[in-house]
Amino acid sequence: MEGKTSAIIQNMVSNDNEHRTEEGAAHLEGEKGILEVQNLSAWYGNTLAIKHIDMSIKSRAITAIIGPSGCGKSTLIRCLNRMHEVSHGGRVEGCVLLDGKDIYARDVDPVVIRRRIGMVFQKPAPFPTMSIFDNVAAGLRLTRLWSRRWELEDVVERGLRQAALWDEVKDKLNLSGSSLSGGQQQRLCIARALAVAPEIILLDEPCSALDPVATLKIEELMRNLVKEYTIIIVTHNMQQAARVSDMAAFMMMGEDRAGTLVEYGLTSQLFTNPKDKRTEDYITGRFG
Amino acid sequence: MSEIGYLRRKWLNRIMSALSSAAAGLAILVLALILGYTLAHGIAFLNLDFLTRAAGPVGEAGGGMRNEIFGTLILITLASILALPIGLMAGISMAEFASPKMAYAVRFVADILAGVPSIVVGVFAYAIVVRPMHSYSALSAGVALAIIMVPVVARTAEESLRLVPNSMREAALALGITRSRAVIGVIMPGAMTGIITGIMLAIARIAGETAPLIFTALGSQFGFQGLTKPIGALPLQIFRYASSPYPDWQQQAWAGAFLLILLVLGISILVRRLSNRRQS
Repeated sequence: MEGKTSAIIQNMVSNDNEHRTEEGAAHLEGEKGILEVQNLSAWYGNTLAIKHIDMSIKSRAITAIIGPSGCGKSTLIRCLNRMHEVSHGGRVEGCVLLDGKDIYARDVDPVVIRRRIGMVFQKPAPFPTMSIFDNVAAGLRLTRLWSRRWELEDVVERGLRQAALWDEVKDKLNLSGSSLSGGQQQRLCIARALAVAPEIILLDEPCSALDPVATLKIEELMRNLVKEYTIIIVTHNMQQAARVSDMAAFMMMGEDRAGTLVEYGLTSQLFTNPKDKRTEDYITGRFG
Repeated sequence: MSEIGYLRRKWLNRIMSALSSAAAGLAILVLALILGYTLAHGIAFLNLDFLTRAAGPVGEAGGGMRNEIFGTLILITLASILALPIGLMAGISMAEFASPKMAYAVRFVADILAGVPSIVVGVFAYAIVVRPMHSYSALSAGVALAIIMVPVVARTAEESLRLVPNSMREAALALGITRSRAVIGVIMPGAMTGIITGIMLAIARIAGETAPLIFTALGSQFGFQGLTKPIGALPLQIFRYASSPYPDWQQQAWAGAFLLILLVLGISILVRRLSNRRQS
């Protein structure tokens, strides 16, 4: 049983890439994280959603957070750029250190944090009243008093190129963002997030509303972006996590219905040689 | 299932359908009668003279309501200038910034304010503007109409803003945009048709108000003479002319009534088209 399981997983993991060489993996394990999550718990009103999460997110790597529905994956990722407190009744305890400084410290403005840690949501959400150009420019336009047109044009083109959308939309930048297909809309949202030049990008199930082709495009995009950015992705799709991520975290709901971090480590290890029985049960499809 | 029970239910169903259709028909009939009656009486006197000439003295044929039409437009503008900032800000605050408790309280107060009889609003404006200034004035009428406008604008603005999906707010905030910039740059544009609809409904509402003007604008035959002087308005003039003994004035009152209905109807149709566009 054991051997068969790991063969399947091995297959799943080894489909891709050379990026996960042994040295690379060792490099990841040794490095200090750009984001350090320390004893993080989060509530919605009186409901505890996640508790006592500790993890260290590596710089310029893709970290995947997997787990069954309702285990608090999205809550965790929303805590990383202070979006959790936007939800009704959202409250957080513990720290998240960005470059060693707690983003929940009193003197820290969440607006500044969100500037450095961008986010893309599950449902593609281009601003419907804005053109494609304005969507990408929105982050800059709405944080300054005014911007020079050529500067915006630069930023928009760079963002769209990084999101691998430029060739598809360069002739229709004035069309509404909602005229694009679902996959294009999601890449538009990624371009919009990239345009404000964040250091870290959070992706909250970015492909769950997309078809396999669009999904593949976004995964390719992530592999390209990780050369310059740190990426954290929440996904309920284990194959996706295995395909794209360098590090993987498995979360599960505890008996008190609060999400906990069960296992966190290199993707190759988590999928082929899980340390925790629950991780193994989940990735072999015995539940969830 | 017994046959009698079935028949009884079938006939009950038919009777109820017929009754509700009749009720709907009656409502439309009343509107059609009002429109038809004012049209029949008013259209003959609604001519260029009526629109472009000032009211003449009693006994002299001709004359129109130019000054009053102009007065109504001035009062609408004045009330809008006073009410729109307050109403819109209140709506934005309820939808975007206030705590749920605070929003509930403001909404409750706005609903009560919307239900205050307009004559009471007129008396209130008389007490706080006319008395201290020792004069009936266009300004006091603007204040009275603005008080009527504020809750309508605030509630419709709030509701339109709430219709903007939360994902837009989160997407904007996640870009590192401040809350107020997100409201101005992303959420307000999304709610704009609804907000404009609300503003026009409020204008339609105050365009026909007469009671609050009695204590404030008073009426004047000389058109606009400054914010602190009395001013004429279409509904006031209709009231004055309709209750006068002179046939010529009564005819003009009909024409004025018809014009007022056209104005309100025009705004309603515009609102309809706007909100249809929002849905599609």
